Amino acid sequence: MMHEDTVLLRAGNLSKAYGNGCSRCESPEARNLEKNYCPHCGTVYALQDVSFALYTGEILGIVGESGSGKSTLMQCLYFDQPVTSGEFQLNSYKGGTVNLFEESDQVKRYIRNYHLGKVYQNPMLGLKMKFSSISNIAEKMISAGHRNVGVMQERASELLSHVNIPAFRMKEAPQNFSGGMQQRVQIAKALSNNPPILLLDEITTGLDLSVQAKVLDLIKTIRRDFQITMMLVSHDLGVIRMLADRTLVMLNGRIIEHGLTDQILEDPQQAYTQELVHSLL
Amino acid sequence: MKYMLKIDNLGKSFIIHDLQKHIHGCRGISLALQHGEFIGITGRSGSGKSTILKMVYRTYLPDEGEIWYDSERWGWIQLSQRAERDIMYLRMYEIGYISQFLNVLPRMTAREIIQQAVREKGSSEAEAAAEAVRMLTHFELDRELWDSYAATFSGGEKLRLNIARAMVKRPRLLLLDEPTASLDMHSKMRVRQLIEQLKREGTTMLGIFHDIEFMRGLCDREFKMNQGEAVI
Ligand SMILES: Nc1ncnc2c1ncn2[C@@H]1O[C@H](COP(=O)(O)OP(=O)(O)OP(=O)(O)O)[C@@H](O)[C@H]1O
Ligand SMILES: Nc1ncnc2c1ncn2[C@@H]1O[C@H](COP(=O)(O)OP(=O)(O)OP(=O)(O)O)[C@@H](O)[C@H]1O
Ligand SMILES: [Mg+2]
Ligand SMILES: [Mg+2]
Ligand SMILES: [Zn+2]
Repeated sequence: MMHEDTVLLRAGNLSKAYGNGCSRCESPEARNLEKNYCPHCGTVYALQDVSFALYTGEILGIVGESGSGKSTLMQCLYFDQPVTSGEFQLNSYKGGTVNLFEESDQVKRYIRNYHLGKVYQNPMLGLKMKFSSISNIAEKMISAGHRNVGVMQERASELLSHVNIPAFRMKEAPQNFSGGMQQRVQIAKALSNNPPILLLDEITTGLDLSVQAKVLDLIKTIRRDFQITMMLVSHDLGVIRMLADRTLVMLNGRIIEHGLTDQILEDPQQAYTQELVHSLL
Repeated sequence: MKYMLKIDNLGKSFIIHDLQKHIHGCRGISLALQHGEFIGITGRSGSGKSTILKMVYRTYLPDEGEIWYDSERWGWIQLSQRAERDIMYLRMYEIGYISQFLNVLPRMTAREIIQQAVREKGSSEAEAAAEAVRMLTHFELDRELWDSYAATFSGGEKLRLNIARAMVKRPRLLLLDEPTASLDMHSKMRVRQLIEQLKREGTTMLGIFHDIEFMRGLCDREFKMNQGEAVI
């Protein structure tokens, strides 16, 4: 854990608008800084000049109220959504010298397949529910160029047993699984190509408490065993406290505060963060 | 004279936004710790003792003043202005913090917690295992508990584990916030032995103890707080 000081991922002035804007909201200065929504044309400014660095080996937590842009941020970094403007560099790709948002679709696919793994809150978005768990993992491996069926099966079973899916259920389709098991299959899939970075978006939301605890345990074990760097979105400050080294606080598409997690929770600087911490204590 | 830690005119107040209130934490604190020195902080409840330690550890951000630290890696640095990343490094390798509250990860056994702490310092698996046995034995934690989840431990058991975890890391600077608060006499003596051992090994310490006599028997100097101000 944390032996290097390298920045693994850097996002610079990342902005994302849903909608085309109008004369009254086009310039950032004209926009009401309190809101991320233009009442005249309906454009949502889901991310506004978001900049941050992710360091090797850390877990970076992201908190903020519903609609603050957390999922949009993860979607943009995973190329699920095109950005409006901004920069995205990965140290693991060409030494962090290129803006990945400006690269070809082919490069973006390559980054998705080899450099990133993502776990969605909704397993329906991350898994093909009717395919077996093994096929789901094989599919991700195929997209990264694997062709040897034996190798893929072996890797898939190894990962599934790592996330505690019993061997006799690996050929089953995740639609038969409980929510916690589906999240574990998603995690196994995300790990399949050994990405240096995992993006986790509300992975325990909606699960029973005891199931949540097991998924969180798994994240800790994975961090220890795979030395993987993670971004972790959660509205649950308990999860953030337990797992995140540092935390970003988002409001209306902006990062309004960042700090070591214990500092954010015990000595929040912004009124909004304080409110968030107090309301969830 | 080179110090390990030098605090200059440190002040902190807390703003509670929704109540529009300012709470006074501490003010005008200046103190310097030499390498290997152990200073005990005393003062009435609410005088700001814990606030000082938490500012050094960067859990709290000061409003005014400076905190200088002699880092093994970077030399003389201002802790309150250092990047988050560097503070993470310092917490891992140089600065330890023990409070009476153990923030344990659920479903980790006592043995795993100690082993992980040793491993984080870069030791081998075998060394970590041996060190865990040594520490758990020293603190006389029931053998049956070694492989049980720490989250289920009693307050005193958690505390002993907490201290063991911080100590195996051999920090250069150790911050102690009432580490013996809920311990029985026997466990307290165990802590005392370890603190003495750390001191012999050259660890610099800044500590708060509710048991003043206990503290006076251990520390080199006492720093008295009064209304959040130093009265040395
Ligand atoms: N596909 C879309 N089209 C239009 N607006 C969208 C779209 N996706 C998100 N938004 C809007 O962008 C803003 C940010 O949404 P986002 O999903 O990123 O929030 P979030 O922080 O993840 O919230 P939650 O905690 O509820 O998941 C919201 O106002 C949302 O309504
Ligand atoms: N996170 C915080 N938010 C708001 N106020 C705080 C916070 N931490 C400390 N304070 C306030 O700062 C003052 C000093 O508190 P501190 O905990 O430093 O006292 P102390 O000397 O350690 O007391 P004790 O001996 O009771 O532990 C108190 O009035 C306390 O309420
Ligand atoms: Mg979301
Ligand atoms: Mg205190
Ligand atoms: Zn508009």
